[in-house]
Amino acid sequence: MSDLLSLSSITPRSWQGYAALALLAGAILLWPLVDAAPGYGVAIAALIFLLLLLAIEADNFTPAIGVVLLFLGAHGAAWLLLAGITGNEGTARASFYLLLAAAWLLAWRCVTVLSALRPTSRWAATALRLIIPTIFGAWILIIWEAVTRGAGIPFILLPPPSAIGVRIANSLPVLAADVRQTIFKAVIFGYVVGSGAGFLAAIAADRVPFLRRGLLPIGNMVSALPIIGVAPIMVMWFGFDWQSKAAVVIIMTFFPMLVNTVAGLAASGHMERDLMRTYASSYWQTLFKLRLPAAAPFIFNALKINSTLALIGAIVAEFFGTPVVGMGFRISTEVGRMNIDMVWAEIAVAALAGSVFYGVVALFERAVTFWHPSVRGG
Amino acid sequence: MDSFRDKIVPVTSILLGVVVVWYVFAVVLNAPFQRDLDRRANQTPGVVEFIGKTMSQPKPTLPAPHQVAVNFFENTFLRKVTSNRSLVYNAWVTLSSTLLGFAFGTALGIVIAVGIVHVATLDRSLMPWIIASQTIPILAVAPMIIVVLAAIGVTGLIPKALISTYLSFFPVAVGMVKGLRSPEITHLDLMHTYNASPSQTFWKLRVPASVPFLFTSMKVAVAASLVGAIVGELPTGAVAGIGAKLLAGAYYSQTIDIWSALVAGSVVAALLVMVVGIAGRIVDRAMGGRPA
Repeated sequence: MSDLLSLSSITPRSWQGYAALALLAGAILLWPLVDAAPGYGVAIAALIFLLLLLAIEADNFTPAIGVVLLFLGAHGAAWLLLAGITGNEGTARASFYLLLAAAWLLAWRCVTVLSALRPTSRWAATALRLIIPTIFGAWILIIWEAVTRGAGIPFILLPPPSAIGVRIANSLPVLAADVRQTIFKAVIFGYVVGSGAGFLAAIAADRVPFLRRGLLPIGNMVSALPIIGVAPIMVMWFGFDWQSKAAVVIIMTFFPMLVNTVAGLAASGHMERDLMRTYASSYWQTLFKLRLPAAAPFIFNALKINSTLALIGAIVAEFFGTPVVGMGFRISTEVGRMNIDMVWAEIAVAALAGSVFYGVVALFERAVTFWHPSVRGG
Repeated sequence: MDSFRDKIVPVTSILLGVVVVWYVFAVVLNAPFQRDLDRRANQTPGVVEFIGKTMSQPKPTLPAPHQVAVNFFENTFLRKVTSNRSLVYNAWVTLSSTLLGFAFGTALGIVIAVGIVHVATLDRSLMPWIIASQTIPILAVAPMIIVVLAAIGVTGLIPKALISTYLSFFPVAVGMVKGLRSPEITHLDLMHTYNASPSQTFWKLRVPASVPFLFTSMKVAVAASLVGAIVGELPTGAVAGIGAKLLAGAYYSQTIDIWSALVAGSVVAALLVMVVGIAGRIVDRAMGGRPA
């Protein structure tokens, strides 16, 4: 352990390691970390260096231990750096950013090592598939936090993630009311009705070839149009409450569903359709037993596209007028009042809701299209 | 002749149907207000006259198609192009930020795709976030991006273009990743037997293979880019652009203006998609592709 600490024996094995070592040297040259009077305690600073050096040294251990060292070293150092900036906001010097960059490089090294691992068990592979992007996302937040607080960026421009987190925790009732108004009323209703109508129209178009030949080019054309522009008209027709937002969502989700379902209904092969014919199955039997299951991947693709469109439609429609609740309403008024942290809180909630919505559809897809190669292959 | 029977007849007849339904709805939706007007003016118009009146209100609930067409024609062709009521002028404002954002977005998407294809770490750490980034209703962030950038002195084209960039990079990135990976193993092996360097493999095999994917995704991206530019104009009280026109129409209940702005946006969208499609076909032809 003692010779691990002496700088001369540190031997990086990767370019990230060398670069991190150089950054550490630079950080020492440009000492101290912050301009403010108390600054970082000697013990904290030493601990940061120790953690980073441990991480640089990590490649000399077996991969399993190395990864743990890299992970703990990089993130421990980042944590200490962030914790130390409290009270010294806006006074960070170059050496603070050099240390942060070193920690980031080591985290990158950690991800590189993790990506190279080929675990045998499925469980470990799944865990890896989650951990790698999580580290990436965490570093976006870490750098955001460090830069906004280190450089003292005005709160109005860009609040640090921690402040947004505090704001979310403090205004849960407001956020919950907005989610209820926008998502549980407008989005879900519009999504179900719009996708359902698109689906039924696709079946009708499939039954009547004339309709299909006419509707498909129009549907393709409409999906390129800025449909969101009907929002002000819908607000005029259906009033300020959630019905007008649901109407926008219905219009936005109708055409993707129509186009995708029609494409999906054409997906089953001639052989299979001929087989159904030899069974003397009726149109509806063929539809339900062969063509709809074959169309399922297309239909779910449309449902996924629609999940995002529905949220966008409802939120943007609220910019045109709404009762005093709703996510779009909150965003536009809080921007006006310069409560930027509340806006970010609302965006974080919208992002979470969007991801959950998408995730639920994706899970449902896996359950329904278990036979499809892209799912079966794992 | 076949394309006439199989395409033009069904499409036109459905469009005609839409116009007829539109007229019927215009009469039905505008009727209550017209009845109200007539009652106050103590008039009892005949059926034909009444229907005619519902289609010529200055601020109808649903303007009749010909009202929209007249307004669109007046504002497009009869006004000076520099007038801020001219649709050409407003469409140009929106178009310029659309194109800038589209160019940024395409470049960013291609760079990300190249990175993802060549760096395994990026593939595993960035790809999930790119997909997640699109589940975020980014348009909701549009007002804030614009207000924040205005606070630090960046106004005009760039903020709107950034929103377009965010919306358009995704289809390009995903399409290009697919395209750059589309060469089969045998093709890659062939390059290997030629002792081709990675950069040679990239330029001579992967890039040509990805071109069709690039244009397909650029069609999606340019449409998304236009939506981004329009929405980017909504929250800031922008003075010009199709989005600003929509917002002004909504404030002053100028329904006919809203509809003609919508038509203008649709025309721009259709033109953009068409231009990208034609460019794709020209590039394909130049690369020796034959119509299948």
